Amino acid sequence: MEYFLQQLINGVTLGAVYALIAIGYTMVYGIIGMINFAHGEIYMIGAFIAVISFAVLGVVGITWVPLALLIVLIVSMLLTGLYGWTVERIAYRPLRGSFRLAPLISAIGMSIFLQNYVQIAQGARIKPLQPMVRGGIELMKGETFTVTLSYLQIIIIVVTVLLMAGFSWLIAATPLGRAQRACEQDRIMAALLGVNTDRTISLTFVLGAMLAAVAGLMTTLYYGVVDFYIGFLAGLKAFTAAVLGGIGSLPGAMLGGMLIGLIEAFWAAYFSSEYKDVAAFSILVIVLIFRPTGLLGRPEVEKV
Amino acid sequence: MTFAQRLRDAGLAALVAAVLALPLLGFETIDTGGPLGIRARFHWIAYAAVSVFIGRLALLAFFDWWRLRQGRPEPLQSNAPARKDILTRIGSQADKYLMPALIAFAIALPMMPFADRTVVDLATVVLIYVMLGWGLNIVVGLAGLLDLGYVAFYAVGAYTYALLSLNFGFGFWEALPLAGLFAATFGIILGFPVLRLRGDYLAIVTLGFGEIIRVVLLNWTDVTRGSNGITGIQRPSFFGFPFTSSPEDGQTAFHELFGLEYSSIHRIIFLYYVILVLALITNLFTMRIRKLPIGRAWEALREDEIACKALGINPTNTKLTAFAIGAMFGGFAGSFFATRQGFISPESFSFIESAVILAIVVLGGMGSQAGIVLAAAFLTLLPELAREFSLFRMLAFGAAMVLIMIWRPQGLLAHREPTLRLSTQPSSSGGGKP
Repeated sequence: MEYFLQQLINGVTLGAVYALIAIGYTMVYGIIGMINFAHGEIYMIGAFIAVISFAVLGVVGITWVPLALLIVLIVSMLLTGLYGWTVERIAYRPLRGSFRLAPLISAIGMSIFLQNYVQIAQGARIKPLQPMVRGGIELMKGETFTVTLSYLQIIIIVVTVLLMAGFSWLIAATPLGRAQRACEQDRIMAALLGVNTDRTISLTFVLGAMLAAVAGLMTTLYYGVVDFYIGFLAGLKAFTAAVLGGIGSLPGAMLGGMLIGLIEAFWAAYFSSEYKDVAAFSILVIVLIFRPTGLLGRPEVEKV
Repeated sequence: MTFAQRLRDAGLAALVAAVLALPLLGFETIDTGGPLGIRARFHWIAYAAVSVFIGRLALLAFFDWWRLRQGRPEPLQSNAPARKDILTRIGSQADKYLMPALIAFAIALPMMPFADRTVVDLATVVLIYVMLGWGLNIVVGLAGLLDLGYVAFYAVGAYTYALLSLNFGFGFWEALPLAGLFAATFGIILGFPVLRLRGDYLAIVTLGFGEIIRVVLLNWTDVTRGSNGITGIQRPSFFGFPFTSSPEDGQTAFHELFGLEYSSIHRIIFLYYVILVLALITNLFTMRIRKLPIGRAWEALREDEIACKALGINPTNTKLTAFAIGAMFGGFAGSFFATRQGFISPESFSFIESAVILAIVVLGGMGSQAGIVLAAAFLTLLPELAREFSLFRMLAFGAAMVLIMIWRPQGLLAHREPTLRLSTQPSSSGGGKP
């Protein structure tokens, strides 16, 4: 029971991170119908910017942890957002309106480019980060096993919940969110009605990149290491999460992220950690067989 | 655009580049053992900003010059399939005229004076990718199914041959059909549940399947020997006559059979011809099956699934045949890869391989057989030629993929427009120009 509870906590933490990345995939897919393959690399860049910012702050002498966390959060969100904007501007905007596979190939190329760019700029070795937030709450003390909820896990879950609430509000109640939903439904009609579609799409990329940057910061704190290759697998799993929840659906991405995180944590705990990725994909295939649009996706009406 | 406008635009681009470069190029992390050390190298930012400034200025000047030459006032559209340029005209004739020339060149290559060991070896690698490209073209180019995990079938083929040869002493020629059959079976098993889904889901499921195969190969150490890979895979023989200098008792070596001096290049040239024949079979098969009802059904399905359903074509079964046949050719190529290398490990079957094969198909112009040859040659020779700059070659590779897509989204030698929708209507997934 204690063991189960601990895995539940770990799974939710992991799921929160996947959900943050998955939102970027699902929004871009919703608005321009494209798999943004480079999103995983954007997350990796966010993690790198976080590590470098921590190191710079250490040199400057800001060591009070809450302040350092806040500064790094803001810096990495802003800079990663700019990366997201640039990627869209260079690799995807010129291809808008061409056939379906062209932006995907461009995105794969961008992903290879960014991965190697970071490898060249910062080296291939893993970058360690000293643990900054230590300690935790002991929730339950069993005979052999103590369930702990670390402060870091609390931070990750709280920040994720806050961001998601804020994000849902942004989509539901601000002019930007309205423009986004309009573009998602019918881009040409939205443009005719005065929505600046190019700007809306750019902002979608920026917002997705910012959330990925938060995810990058969180995983960096959680695992304490970063390397240039983390983007691929994290991106793959987050995309799986987005599809599992129903791509294009915001609550779906959150739900899918949580599920993937939980599946992974429990599989690793009770079966084998080598095959945890296999488990996540298998669940995806099974869900898609029975619910082809994902858990919360709307069935797409095919028009002739 | 006036010069001042261009300057301002380039200045803004340089500013963005400088900000982007600030964290990743401006600081260098140093491993100190303890906390991560950091060192500033702000001159890198300056390099980045200056090169972006000059590049952007040159690009804008080029656009203006281009527009002037075209005599069109509107901004340059990168996708204008209606305009027949030289490459499109070549593309429409490519399969008729370019292909025989390429095939003749390929057959003559080992006899050319410049063809030494390295050249033939390199040509063999190119042909493996040509074959994979042609195999994937059946799935992506003809049937319009987006497969991001093609390398999985390649891996299945390679491991099938390696394990059969190691455990049961199968030779290459006996194992080849089995490898294809096995890969096709995997294609059917994977395709059956997911081919009923929408196209983009297929992409993620195939991508996941590619990862699953790799993870299983890595971790199922009893059978696959994990990350150590399988060594000592039987090399191919010339229909029973081995390529060795001193054959075992009772066997005749290849050079003895023909009364030649022993040379290790015989095997390399033989391997080259084997893959050439395999690739040409793939090509011939594709060209013929395109004219059969099933091939027509694939192309019809790619264009309009609903119309196909209305005409009584079973979409799932039709897609499944394309998927299985594509997988089969991947399996053939895989078993050739295993026999050529003599050593395989899961590392050879990472996602990047799938991405390269897909890029070959799309860059070549989907459905164009000759375009795939050119794209395969380009994408395999580019990293080889840039081997001295090994650090930068994958960087250049990624950048080249992006740039070629922006320059020619329809592929190098596309001889048909990729979709036949009216340009004023938004497509269901890509969307129109607002």
